[in-house]
Amino acid sequence: MATSRLKARLRGLTPWSALLPLAATVLVAYLGTALWSLWISVSNSRTFPGTEFVGLSQYERLFDNDRWQHALYNLGIYGVLFIAACMVIGFLLAVFIDQKVRGEGVLRVAFLYPYAMSFVATGLVWQWVLNPESGLQNAMQQLGWQGFTFDWIIDQDKVIYTVVIASVWQASGLVMALMLAGLRGIDVEIWKAAQLDGVPAWRVYLSVVLPMMGPTLATVFVLLSTAVVKAFDVVVAMTQGGPGTASDLPAKFIMDHLFGRANLALASAGAMTMLLTVLVIVAPLLYLRSRKKEGGHA
Amino acid sequence: MKKNGKRSHFTPARIGVYGFLLFSAAFFLAPLYIMLTTSFKSMDEIRLGQIFSLPHTLTFDAWRLAWSEACTGVACEGVRAGFWNSVRIAVPSTVLPILIGALNGYCLSFWRPRGANWLFGVLMLGAFIPLQVMIYPLVKLEAALGMYSSLTGIVVVHIIFSMPVMTLLFRNYYAAIPMELFKAARIDGGGFWRIFVQLMLPMSVPIVIVAAIMQITGVWNDYILGLVFAGRENLPMTVQLNNVINTTTGERLYNVNMAATMLTSAVPLLVYLVSGRWFVRGITAGAVKG
Repeated sequence: MATSRLKARLRGLTPWSALLPLAATVLVAYLGTALWSLWISVSNSRTFPGTEFVGLSQYERLFDNDRWQHALYNLGIYGVLFIAACMVIGFLLAVFIDQKVRGEGVLRVAFLYPYAMSFVATGLVWQWVLNPESGLQNAMQQLGWQGFTFDWIIDQDKVIYTVVIASVWQASGLVMALMLAGLRGIDVEIWKAAQLDGVPAWRVYLSVVLPMMGPTLATVFVLLSTAVVKAFDVVVAMTQGGPGTASDLPAKFIMDHLFGRANLALASAGAMTMLLTVLVIVAPLLYLRSRKKEGGHA
Repeated sequence: MKKNGKRSHFTPARIGVYGFLLFSAAFFLAPLYIMLTTSFKSMDEIRLGQIFSLPHTLTFDAWRLAWSEACTGVACEGVRAGFWNSVRIAVPSTVLPILIGALNGYCLSFWRPRGANWLFGVLMLGAFIPLQVMIYPLVKLEAALGMYSSLTGIVVVHIIFSMPVMTLLFRNYYAAIPMELFKAARIDGGGFWRIFVQLMLPMSVPIVIVAAIMQITGVWNDYILGLVFAGRENLPMTVQLNNVINTTTGERLYNVNMAATMLTSAVPLLVYLVSGRWFVRGITAGAVKG
């Protein structure tokens, strides 16, 4: 009798033990590491973790750092342009594909295949295409357009825009796919209604369809924002942060200070700043969505 | 979608639609075209600087060099070693995250142990923690456990970073399976593992395919985790590719570089072309339902 009760109790523990990898990941790999980095960012760590609490002085040093300021400035430009361009281009592509065109399958492949490629490959291809000596600029001049110049990739003030171009090329197909799925989920009745009322199609898209796609837009926005904060590979491959540090992004600044320059505390302060930025952007959207969502089995 | 059906074929609007789509397609396809044509040209031809022209004489030398002889700063072995490293990383980093994700989803959807939903919520939030916050502590933890800079080390890191999306995929998938089915299996005497292995896993084939596509392409395209955690012996193809192109001294062999880039992109591109709509389903399942 006692053994069978013990067995039943043990069996009750099985679901718990099955979740051990999940629990360990959440508690150690996510929460634990975040707390650890938080601690390092308020300590006197340099090459090795320090033990002295120094308050927010690392954050003060960070925000006095010209390179960090420039990386943040670049992140702002990159983030706004990348998200805006991806959403506009993705939406337009989806709308135009949704006009019952021939060859829809081929077009979708043409727009989405860059998303299957790595950011490293993306950066390397565009580095080659935008190379002023042997790439696009030279080719256009040889085709007879003598005055054509496009040397942004070696221009300190404009290099970040070339990173935007490469990233938009890589990711807007994804936005197109998500938007198309959103468009196809909209009730076709609204088109009949709009036609009866004589409303032009572009107005229906702007004032009826777009608002109805709110959830899709929010999803796309969250996806793109996280991609912005993560942006690292594409810069490393395309410009290595250069010329100089002109195309630096926070992620690259942090990696350089963690592993190259061995300034743990400064790097961790940067990482915590990024975490805070993400939370400020994403938390309201997640909160709104979690209120609407029903979870699993009732 | 227009459902009015009677649409004449060559209205100005129609021409505009096709014009826009063809122009866009040209923009998206141009880098692929340039990559391919460059890889088949000789360096003499590349120096002419006509990236849009087709190769005068087709040469496969660049592909051979890229595969087996191109130099990084350290050695001249091409991206071949990186290819096999990526295979050795991608296989366990696809199988294990899927198994763990399925187990998590099954447990969360049907057994729902107390407090598990709280863990799940934190995991979903964890997906938004920037990598840079976690990377140094993870290096230290793995070093303490003796697995830093090894195949095990990189696979464990891939398991950690894929767990949110894998768990979410399977949890959502299992949420659509009727609870009655699970209760019936319980009444028939099925235990935790038996129901998982014999009932739920066989029903999960579609979502396993979606998850596998996501994981293979994601792991193959990863750069930063491989760079930090894999160690010199196991550097994945993306890292080797970047080393070949960005650390060479002397003349840059653009044809070799582009061939190497194509070789590195070949696996995810093939996965995408073969899987077609499944690929998109993966994106939407991972994103929209989240």
